[in-house]
Amino acid sequence: MIINKKIAVSETGFIFNPATGDSYSMNPIATEILEMLKKDMSEEEIKNFLLEKYDVNKSVLQKSYDEFIDTLIKLNIIE
Amino acid sequence: MKRKKITVAVTGLNNIDNPGPGIPVIRGILESKIFDARIIGLAYESLEPGIYMHELVNKSYHIPYPTAGSDILLKRLEYINDIEKIDVLIPNFDAELYTFMKASADLEKMGIKTFLPTLAQFEERQKTLLPMFGKKYKIIVPHSRPIFSEKEIYELSRDFTYPLLVKGKYYDAYISYSTEQTKMYYYKISGKWGLPIIIQEFVEGTEVNVVALGDGNGNTIGAVPMRKQYITDKGKAWSGITLDDSSLLSLTKKIIKKSKWKGGIELEMIKTKDNEYHLIEINPRLPAWVYLAVGAGQNLPEALVKLALGMKIEPYKKFLKGKLFLRYSYDLICDISEFEKLTHYAEL
Repeated sequence: MIINKKIAVSETGFIFNPATGDSYSMNPIATEILEMLKKDMSEEEIKNFLLEKYDVNKSVLQKSYDEFIDTLIKLNIIE
Repeated sequence: MKRKKITVAVTGLNNIDNPGPGIPVIRGILESKIFDARIIGLAYESLEPGIYMHELVNKSYHIPYPTAGSDILLKRLEYINDIEKIDVLIPNFDAELYTFMKASADLEKMGIKTFLPTLAQFEERQKTLLPMFGKKYKIIVPHSRPIFSEKEIYELSRDFTYPLLVKGKYYDAYISYSTEQTKMYYYKISGKWGLPIIIQEFVEGTEVNVVALGDGNGNTIGAVPMRKQYITDKGKAWSGITLDDSSLLSLTKKIIKKSKWKGGIELEMIKTKDNEYHLIEINPRLPAWVYLAVGAGQNLPEALVKLALGMKIEPYKKFLKGKLFLRYSYDLICDISEFEKLTHYAEL
């Protein structure tokens, strides 16, 4: 997954797409995931990191992760 | 550097909820590093707020409505020019442009420069002729046609599906979902702006606008795209943001190059889900949100003055993306004596 080159993401989790003028605010975990995607970490690596850091079971994490990725694709934030 | 002293006359001082471009144009000119401008406001109504903004407008004069004709307008401008020695005049209303374009040669004789589109350019981008404009310049334009009577509303279903847009020849546009609504808007708009009423296909997508300036030789001196972030009930941008949209800029440059557009221009487009741009309107002047372009690094009002004065000008190559403008309302307090002076002497 590649993050759209034009997208600007701030440390606070604010996303701005200069091509469309759209902007979004992410919560801290979403920001963390996007940071990991930026570092080219794989889905497995990201999920393992989150499982270790947060009190969450595998199936809940998988569902939430998939939903988040779908949203990023729909919003043209990742390709 | 010593700034060049000039006098610029500007119309469109109606800085109201559906603002004219006068005040943002003036702000751009006053921020110029090369001009030290004295601003003369030209107003149609006594309550145009710009008249009373003395920090922006040095002196204001009433001028006759365009319907009075060029001769009466010229007489009034002759009087004003004898006092003020105007260097450049910038008309900012669609409805007055024709009169000023017709008068431009006489204005030139008075020593007043303008930088307006030619009559041919002005005519071919009229809302009623937009489909032909699209065909000529190979640009996607929604299907539209002018109507002149209520009877034609009942025949629209042959060419159009609802919803559709009902537009005035100069201003106003409404989305209509039924014949009844179309009828209502037909009378509402025609009562204000006359006939014809333009019926336009409704294209789904995001509205994006561009403010640009053409030098009349096919070159784009500057162009800044914007998306409205907040829209008033009149459909006017109350907030907007500059976009990084190279396709939209290329399309703008293509239109200016092919039409050899002279002067300020605003292009209104719909960007569809398939990233297609549909041109829905061309306004032959700088829009009320032009100060966003100034804030983003392209002082288009200043550039327009330079072009009018025949000065050498380099096209702007960049602007800041992600710059926002937020419009606000502000209560201006002034004494009744000012209003009295304006209504009595037609100048303030």
